[in-house]
Amino acid sequence: MSQDFRLDNIGMVNRNKKISFTFNDKKYFGYEGDTIASALIANGVHLVGRSFKYHRPRGFFGVGVDEPYAILQLERNNERDPNIRATEQEIFEGLEVKSVNCWPSVNFDIGAINNFLKMFFPAGFYYKTFMWPPSFWYKIYEPFIRMAAGFGEASIKHDKERYEHKYEYCDLLITGSGPSGLASAYAAAKNGARVILAEDKPRYGGSLLTSDVNIGNQTGVEWSEKIITELKSMSNVIVKNRSQVFGYYDHNMLVMSERIGDHLPKTQKYLPKQRLWYIRAKEVLISSGSIERPLVFGNNDTPGVMLSSAAKEYMKVYGVLVGKKPLIFTNNDSGYETAIEFKKNGVNPLILDTRKEPSSDIINEAKNLGIEIKFSYVVVAAKGYKKVKSADIAKISDNKKDLSNIENIECDCICVSGFWTPSIHLASQSGNKSEFNEKIDAFIPKKSKQKENTIGSANGKFTLEETINEAFDKGYEVSNKITENNNKVSIPTVVEKKSTDHDKFWCVPLPKGKSYKRFLDFQNDVAVTDIELALREGFRSIEHVKRYTTLGMATDQGKTSNLNGLQLVSDIENKVVPQVGHTTFRPPYTPVSIGAIVGREVGKHSKPTRKSPMHEWHEKNNAVFVDAGVWLRPRYYKQGNETLFEASKREAKNVRKNVGVCDVTTLGKIDVKGPDAAEFLNRVYTNAWLKLPVGKARYGVMLREDGIVMDDGTTTRISENHYHMTTTTAQAANVLSHLEYYLQLVWPELNVNVVSTTEQWAGAAIAGPNSRALLMKLFPNTDVSNEALTFMGYKEADLFGIPGKIYRISFSGELAYEVNVESDYGNFMWEKIIEVGKEFQIQPYGTEALSTLRIEMGHVAGSELDGRTIPHDASLEGLVSKKKDFIGKRSLSRSAFIKPDREKIVGVVPLDKTTSIPEGSYIVKDPKAKLPNPKLGHVSASCWSVEYDNPFSLAIIKDGKNMIGQKLFAMSPLKNKTIPVEIVSSHYVDPEGKRVRT
Amino acid sequence: MLYILCPHCGSRSQNEFAYGGDATVKRPELNKEISDQDWDNFVYLRKSPRGKHLELWHHISGCRQWIKVERDTSTHEIFKTYKADEITE
Ligand SMILES: [Zn+2]
Repeated sequence: MSQDFRLDNIGMVNRNKKISFTFNDKKYFGYEGDTIASALIANGVHLVGRSFKYHRPRGFFGVGVDEPYAILQLERNNERDPNIRATEQEIFEGLEVKSVNCWPSVNFDIGAINNFLKMFFPAGFYYKTFMWPPSFWYKIYEPFIRMAAGFGEASIKHDKERYEHKYEYCDLLITGSGPSGLASAYAAAKNGARVILAEDKPRYGGSLLTSDVNIGNQTGVEWSEKIITELKSMSNVIVKNRSQVFGYYDHNMLVMSERIGDHLPKTQKYLPKQRLWYIRAKEVLISSGSIERPLVFGNNDTPGVMLSSAAKEYMKVYGVLVGKKPLIFTNNDSGYETAIEFKKNGVNPLILDTRKEPSSDIINEAKNLGIEIKFSYVVVAAKGYKKVKSADIAKISDNKKDLSNIENIECDCICVSGFWTPSIHLASQSGNKSEFNEKIDAFIPKKSKQKENTIGSANGKFTLEETINEAFDKGYEVSNKITENNNKVSIPTVVEKKSTDHDKFWCVPLPKGKSYKRFLDFQNDVAVTDIELALREGFRSIEHVKRYTTLGMATDQGKTSNLNGLQLVSDIENKVVPQVGHTTFRPPYTPVSIGAIVGREVGKHSKPTRKSPMHEWHEKNNAVFVDAGVWLRPRYYKQGNETLFEASKREAKNVRKNVGVCDVTTLGKIDVKGPDAAEFLNRVYTNAWLKLPVGKARYGVMLREDGIVMDDGTTTRISENHYHMTTTTAQAANVLSHLEYYLQLVWPELNVNVVSTTEQWAGAAIAGPNSRALLMKLFPNTDVSNEALTFMGYKEADLFGIPGKIYRISFSGELAYEVNVESDYGNFMWEKIIEVGKEFQIQPYGTEALSTLRIEMGHVAGSELDGRTIPHDASLEGLVSKKKDFIGKRSLSRSAFIKPDREKIVGVVPLDKTTSIPEGSYIVKDPKAKLPNPKLGHVSASCWSVEYDNPFSLAIIKDGKNMIGQKLFAMSPLKNKTIPVEIVSSHYVDPEGKRVRT
Repeated sequence: MLYILCPHCGSRSQNEFAYGGDATVKRPELNKEISDQDWDNFVYLRKSPRGKHLELWHHISGCRQWIKVERDTSTHEIFKTYKADEITE
């Protein structure tokens, strides 16, 4: 199709670069710099979608972020991108877009039957219809709504594009590069402020691109180009186009999405597709401009009805005519500017002005150009289904209540102008309570809440002279406050046409006997009758009316609908708009890609990965890794075709029989130093610490103030005032914060310092009956005999020239040692242990074998210390001192914690000695009891006991200490299993603890 | 996102800090008799005022110091920040 609606000598698109794209699989041509909307209109295409509720035909209504209709789905490199506004998306070679919300096609849409059934779709339709019966939801209502609704379909594929986050600080952030944004940026930048100027469109200049004005003897376009060029050359200024500041958050933090690659066929190398900027600004100037208001009349949603400012921009920026027989329907002078532009381009418009006898420069100019104008005239209804074909127009009485002289006239578009609504969204998000301005019938920001000021038409200043003067002043004033510089630039003189007052009339009454739909919210299909119904049904608060009717709740956030909705509510309620108030604006101002919000934190980057110094060795030796918090730990070392179960059994058995080595680098380590360190530990742990000799370790349990076990681990006295504390891998960070809290806030008089040393040390646990023999060979110069290095002893020793530390501690319950060396020597240590250990049949073991070993020994870990257990529950009450006070002690005497049948840890063995008990199973007395079956407790950890070669579990059950020997049942509704079990001691292997001491 | 003036490091974004609750709560002294009621108040009961609130923040990704912040809970305005051992007004 040729571009029948393209003008030859006007517009800013690049005529030298023709671009082809497809819309609904049909090929079209446009030019570089076109949006999908401008290119389609140039080709005479106005039908692009179907409305949300009634599936009425949808065309283009605006030219930018305010577009409520033309939401398309983009197909790009086999990726889908829904919720694309055709008025914002620039075309590129090979672009593929499709209509959404229509099936089977945009020209024949089955859902349009809703339009003829519209008595069934009143306000609150969804609440009223889909409530009962509840069973219908899943199978009938939801699939129906999902098929009929929605703005496109998200891709189910992984998004291969890159999105970035950026943090920036500046003196002054300016949102919008219209006249006020440019002027204030220039004034502030010249005064030495660090400025960021953000423009959401590709072109800078805002309204200057389309208005017929003169600034400092230059046209608006020339002036804006000059200012932008100079700003770009300044080192204290960042200028960004295609960048929308969409959220104003606390303490002057604003978030902006920069679309870097969206307008290109392929994202450029080394650049992300989009970048999200978190900007902390000392001051903000909101220069986001204003959006034209629609006028409300019958069938005002027909394709071809659009904002008059949009029609003008399509001509001036894109060189595109929205129609060749335009009707301009206006209540103010703005419509005349559009009419004049049509006339200049050889098209004869007809102006319908609701005002009686207005007079101004611009009206005179229109008259002089010979444009036909009808005063006190309105559009009653648009005619035509998929495109405007004609309009019923009428004379309106002075009181604006009665219509007369109704006639039908031919036209192919209706450009409406109901005056202007300042975009106060950002100011409102910052907490600025707006106020209603009678002069412009709209809300403008009131008192600054955060460090923000609103300028230009966003602040209700609708003449260029006011705007420019205010912006230069504000730019200087704000920058002076920050930089204390006094470089004031002179303000250029402005020449513009004077306009006269607008008419407050906005909604055309229905002629007798007609029931045209008059829409307020074009995206959510909310009509005048819906608001009337909601008010009849008793909804009063504007927030309730909004939710009940969905007015202003769509992705356009009611940019074109809010004020007319408020006007209607005020009219019906006989109130004035400020009494009704407006609904809250919330970020984001425009839809933001989920990818941009997530940024680089996807896949492996969603959290940091920590690896031990021995990681490469594990990898080379077929370790299968498991996430342990942010650490990667070997779960088991696979030999041949072994399963996890087989490998972990082999590894655990070898520890019990020979010797094994396990990477324990991930354990949290904290250095505790200072003259009061012993006293501090004595307050932190439940057991006694004052008499621990140098060179000895002790196992300790620490509580929260509510008596719940927080963590456990061993702490070793390295020297008089130096302790080496270990924590569990998971709790390392919390324990450090906990210690710092008490040292800094509760007991600042204690002379103690704590610091994390987790990453300083690489650790290897050597466990098994052969471990001492191995140790003797690793440390030939150190006496590691049972007498010289007793259980819970500590020694510094030389490991083939490397300084090492030996702790005789055991988690596996076997004779065991932990060897630490500085992290950089970790791999050396590990390889030496493996090499020297060969003759003792050493094997590395992973976390699965480690769990098996500790479970059958009855040693508690995270699955028992789960934030619900006190020391008694984990059989740690022997470690609770009765003599001294410590953190959380007072809580332990609370009634629930000392009741006789308090939960306690026990062992569980299946009667058949073969069925493994799923973790999380309930322990019950009678599996056939009426539901809900009273449970005694739950299974916290399960393993295959390598000592007895049968399944063994730990459980925490009510009155545990008196349940030993009882025959009960383990029930897992999840696995649908009921297993008869016997309750035994949790210390299943070596209950006296002989092995660790031999 | 709040912008918190750490008395040790300067103004830093909220994501460097962890919240620590009411800064006016005083832990009962060690080894002192205390009733169940008073202990429960200390462990569990916190006021949730609308308006000025003196609270603890921990600069975990910075200097690791606990600081006190006087903040308005409804507007997020921060009036003053203190070091852990500073006397608050
Ligand atoms: Zn700090």
